Amino acid sequence: MIAIVKYNAGNIKSVQNALTRLGYESIITDNPAELLNADKVIFPGVGEASSAMKYLKERGLDKTITSLKQPVLGICLGLQLMCRRTEEGDTQCLGIFDSDVRLFPPIDKIPHMGWNDFLTMRGDLFKGVSIEDDLYYIHSYYAEISSCTVATCDYIMPFSAAMKKDNFYATQFHPEKSARVGEIILQNFLKL
Amino acid sequence: MLKRRIIPCLDIKDGRTVKGVNFVNLIDAGDPVELAKEYVKQGADELVFLDITATIENRKALAGLVERIAAEINIPFTVGGGVHTIDDVAALIKAGADKVTVNSAAVKRPELISEIAGQFGSQCVVVAIDTKFVDDDWIVFVNGGRTPADLNTVDWACRAEELGAGEILLTSMNNDGTKSGFSIDITAEVSRNINIPVIASGGAGKMEHFREVFFRTSCSAALAASIFHFGEIDIRDLKQYLKKENIAVR
Repeated sequence: MIAIVKYNAGNIKSVQNALTRLGYESIITDNPAELLNADKVIFPGVGEASSAMKYLKERGLDKTITSLKQPVLGICLGLQLMCRRTEEGDTQCLGIFDSDVRLFPPIDKIPHMGWNDFLTMRGDLFKGVSIEDDLYYIHSYYAEISSCTVATCDYIMPFSAAMKKDNFYATQFHPEKSARVGEIILQNFLKL
Repeated sequence: MLKRRIIPCLDIKDGRTVKGVNFVNLIDAGDPVELAKEYVKQGADELVFLDITATIENRKALAGLVERIAAEINIPFTVGGGVHTIDDVAALIKAGADKVTVNSAAVKRPELISEIAGQFGSQCVVVAIDTKFVDDDWIVFVNGGRTPADLNTVDWACRAEELGAGEILLTSMNNDGTKSGFSIDITAEVSRNINIPVIASGGAGKMEHFREVFFRTSCSAALAASIFHFGEIDIRDLKQYLKKENIAVR
């Protein structure tokens, strides 16, 4: 069973819809036991970082998520919350990835909204994906490039498009909204 | 590199697409979901669904339709038309819309923009502006373009950005339906004055018009309805053409 972390962020249902289209059953839950027992966990979300962290902490989900041993996939805000800290609401995050999250400087339009390709990419998530393939992004904050970065994208500056550490994976783009290429990436995660 | 977006717009009435459509390979071209799937196949970057009836009974039908779209479509989509309250927005987001457009209601009560942004995030608030060139000025119109509001278009776009809009959908009423091309001057001016993405709308008649609006303005996306519905332009051909013209598209 695939568990999707339920918290006060938007677009959680669209991840479930994407899994259903790929033929996978899933549950949306904030029950720690269900998350711990799932084969895979997806930590999605669009929303605001400080209120999301507050929600997770109040329910002890911060500790649950960091203690997971099965493959975990963070998406968008999920990726940012898996970093050390974010400038959004000056928030301490889960600290899985050794990156900080910053607001894009206003050199170009913010949010970074739309389809963008890769500067670099490697690893399990990107089997069958080309560096020229475009994925859908919508975000105003970005994770700095660090030792956990496995893919980079260029908007205003190069930033982390995907990250990985041990069993933790994350993408800044929305695979669930990225047409066929997004489905390949989701399937790569689900086959881990 | 971030790509310029091509966005087909589908007008919805009683849960059906309104404009006559002649895609030969569709079983039911009046079904918004079937039509949406065809556009996804052609390479549309996003979809916009505008409910043009927007009565109370129809809003429930709309929420049902949005659920079906969300279940079957794997690209982002925006829903609008008759969105007046935060409850209207909540119902559409809950049904699975990625973004919601507000128009007249936001002009009447601009705080609606900040309320939506506060509750659901700026990324889901698209402020739709219908604009018309009257007496040497681009004026905002409301109520489906019937009523002039006492607002300058650039001023209103800036205000919407301040209040937390994530994107502006700018329709030039002078150009809409003419197939003579997008309005370059107001699209360029609004895009220059705000730091959120602008979707150009109104006037697309041929592929050159998309090239022109992307080449001469910093708009992030271009929206059109009838030229896609009637199969006059296939999105695949449009994107091939734009690539050849050195405009970055997916």
